[in-house]
Order: sequence, then structure tokens, then C-alpha cells
Amino acid sequence: MMTNNNSEPKYVIETQDLEIYYGDFKAVTNVNMKIEHNKITAIIGPSGCGKSTLLRAFNRMNELYAGTSIKGNVIFNGQDIYAKEVDPVEVRYRIGMVFQKPNPFPKSIYENIAWTARIHGYKGNMDELVESSLQQAALWDEVKDKLHQSGLSLSGGQQQRLCIARAISIKPEVILMDEPASALDPIATLKIEELMQELKKNYTITIVTHNMQQAARASDYTAMMMLSGEGERSGTVIEFDETKKIFTRPSDKRTEDYVTGRFG
Amino acid sequence: MVRKAFEAELQELKDNILMLGSMVEHAIVNSVETLKKRDIKGAEQIIAADKEINKKRFDIEAQLMVLIATQQPMAHDLRLLASSMEIISELERMGDYAKGIANINIRMGDEPLLKPLIDIPRMAQKGADMLHRALTAFVNEDVETAKAIPIEDDEVDALYNQIYRELMVFIIEDPKNIERANWLLWVSHNLERVADRVTNICERTVFIVTGEMTEVKNSDDEFWHGQKK
Repeated sequence: MMTNNNSEPKYVIETQDLEIYYGDFKAVTNVNMKIEHNKITAIIGPSGCGKSTLLRAFNRMNELYAGTSIKGNVIFNGQDIYAKEVDPVEVRYRIGMVFQKPNPFPKSIYENIAWTARIHGYKGNMDELVESSLQQAALWDEVKDKLHQSGLSLSGGQQQRLCIARAISIKPEVILMDEPASALDPIATLKIEELMQELKKNYTITIVTHNMQQAARASDYTAMMMLSGEGERSGTVIEFDETKKIFTRPSDKRTEDYVTGRFG
Repeated sequence: MVRKAFEAELQELKDNILMLGSMVEHAIVNSVETLKKRDIKGAEQIIAADKEINKKRFDIEAQLMVLIATQQPMAHDLRLLASSMEIISELERMGDYAKGIANINIRMGDEPLLKPLIDIPRMAQKGADMLHRALTAFVNEDVETAKAIPIEDDEVDALYNQIYRELMVFIIEDPKNIERANWLLWVSHNLERVADRVTNICERTVFIVTGEMTEVKNSDDEFWHGQKK
């Protein structure tokens, strides 16, 4: 399949005429979007417009659901991730994901990271990796004395940071976050947002969020998705711009209506 | 419509700003009327009324803070609330100009006016009229009108320059006129500033609607005492 060597290197992911299907149903249509390196890109839009579906297409996570398929391309560092020779597991290894509900393994805090790293063939100093991953996820100070307690014993916010630590332990380039703070209280939410600002120095982050203030506070770019088209409607990106523009003077009336709470 | 309560609060905000504007409009016109009649009591009433203007401004400011904190406005709403903050401060300063004119009236004591006031009331009428229409354009979010009003500032500047030249002639004729000329110059300068601030309000209206922050009319271009700077 094609590789796109012309894409500017500052974009780590680029979609080209992307369409996503559940069986015959076209859930997402015509998405041409560029995710910039070391930036946080937020995807917003009303429920059911395909935000999570689009996010999951960025690391082939949709394939875990039966009957999904895509048309168009998702280019990651010049390589089409849907090309025949590409191993989807390898894709998910380089483009990690954090979900809405924290999902630590029912193992110790230490093993949540160590086990993940071992599966991915990590042969280095495990203590160091566990510590640096937890440090980067801003969790180390809170758990360093209880590394062998169950990951499930932590609070929701800590569990979510453990999941982030686990995701970054295998050194991905991109972290996809699907509503990572929607199950957390405001303080835990702010911790995740601050963590995102730290992480973007080393990683590229794309986040789906229903929380408009979170998108406004935490992201550099915002993509506004909506259902569009006649008859069978499917989701698409109707406006993509710098976050500060989306929330102060959006170009599209529908974005305006959504961010000011007129629908959605 | 999921914003019924918020829409109602925005309407109330606009009503309050209109009310503040109307208080300021009256103060401007009355300050010159009372000066014309050398009505010291009237001048004192204007100074007292300025306290009401200031209070109204603080009330609206508090209302704005609550709306910003509770509604977390975005896009058009954000531009409207941020601009309203700016507009009420412009209005409050216009009120101060009226108070300044009332103060001059009091300070003049028994001294008669240097000359009958003709162009100065015209300036006041013009400024108040521009203000009235600028606030109507703000409430209706009428960009065309908001863009047209600042051009009329030229008329106010022309009146100001005419008054300035006239007063200079009085001063040259007899240095004893200096103080009384200076008072009237001060009055007309205040009125000239009123029109400039109307321009700022119009710029905010354009910003609220379009998101473009531009100077509708560059007031630096105006003649300075009848001469190019």
C-alpha cells in the first residue's frame, strides 16, 4: 500500500478521506485530519457522532469489534497503518490508548507495568522502568511505598494515572485518550490534565472529551465532529482549528452552537 | 432551546447596559444644559447622579462575573460578556466627563460664560445621539450601524476644532480671557472624548458579531487643534 513521504514531518498521524463502517453502516465519513507532533488534539462533538470510533481508527482498535472496516488511509509517520504487511498489535504498541474507565490489570501496581513491558519483550532493568513510568505519570510519589499492592486498591484518579504509566512504559509515540477523566472528580481531572501537559513534551496526545472546558483548557487543537449528510447520516469533522480559535470565534455556525450549548 | 435561563440572563444584562447608557446620555446632555444656564444646583445633581452611574456599573460588573463563573461562556457568548465588561467601563468614563463638566460649572462660580454656548451643546447632542444609537446597535448586534457611527466622530472633531480656534482668538485678544476660555476648552475636550469612546463601543459590537478585533476608525488620524500632528 501507499506510503506518503510527502507528508510534513511535524504531523505524526494523517487521515486521508477516512471512512469507517460498522458492517454496511457508515459511522464516520470523509475525515482529513492531521495530528501534529507533541501537541494535544481534542475531538469534541455531540454523543453518537463518531468521536470514539474515529479515535479508535487511529490505532486499529476498531478491528476488535466484529464487522468494522475502513476506506481511505490513516498514515502514521509516513506509513499506512492499514497496509497488509502492518501488524495491528505493533500499531497499538506505538499508538497507545487510555480508556474512559480506568482498567488496571488485577495485579500489583508494579506488575501492571512490568507485565506489560515483559509482554512487549522488554529486557532492561525493570525497577528502573517501573519507576520512570510512574514518575512520568505523576504517580510515583503516591505509590512508591506500596508497589506490590493491587492496582485496583488505588483511587479512580490514581488508577487512571497507572493506566497512563502502563501505556507509556512501552514507549509509544502517540497516546489516544477516550474520555480519560469523565469518571474522575475535579481534582483528579485536573491532575490528568496537568499530566497531559507534561506528557506532550515526549508524546503526541489525542483526546476525546465531552467536557468542553477540558478541551479548551488542555488542548492545542480541536476537531469538532457532527453528524452530517442526507438520509443515512454519519459523523465527520466539520471544523478543525487551533483550540483558542474554536472556543473564541469558531468559523462554523454548528461549532458555535455546540460550544455555546445550543445543542448536543 | 436548552439555554432558556442563560438567554434570559443575557437579555437582562443587555437591558442593564441600556439603562446605564441612558443614565450617561442624560448626564452628558444635562451637564451642558446646566452649564448654559449657569445652574449650579443642577450641576450638583449631576455630580450626585454620577455616583448612581458608578454603582450601576459595579452592579453590572458583578452580574458579568457571576455569568462568567456559572456559565463558562464560549465563542459568541464569551465575546459578548468580555465586550460588555469593556463597554460598561467606557460608559462609566463617559459619565465622569459629564461630572467633569458639572465641576467646571461649579468652579466658575459667579463668572459669566466667555461666550454664549452654541457649538458646545451641539457637540453634547451629537455625542449623546451617537451613544444612543451605538448602544441600540450593540443590543441588536447590528454590525452595519456599528461600523457607520464612528465616521460621525469627524463632525464632533470638526466642532471641537472650531471651538478651539474661536477660544484662541478670545485669548489672543485679551489674556484676561485665558481662564474662562480654558474652562470652555476643557468642557469641549470632554465632549470630544465622549465621541471617541462611542467609537470604542462600536468596535466591541463588531467584535461580538464577527470575532474581528479591528479599529473601525483610527482616532489618531484626527486633526489635533486644527493642525495635523
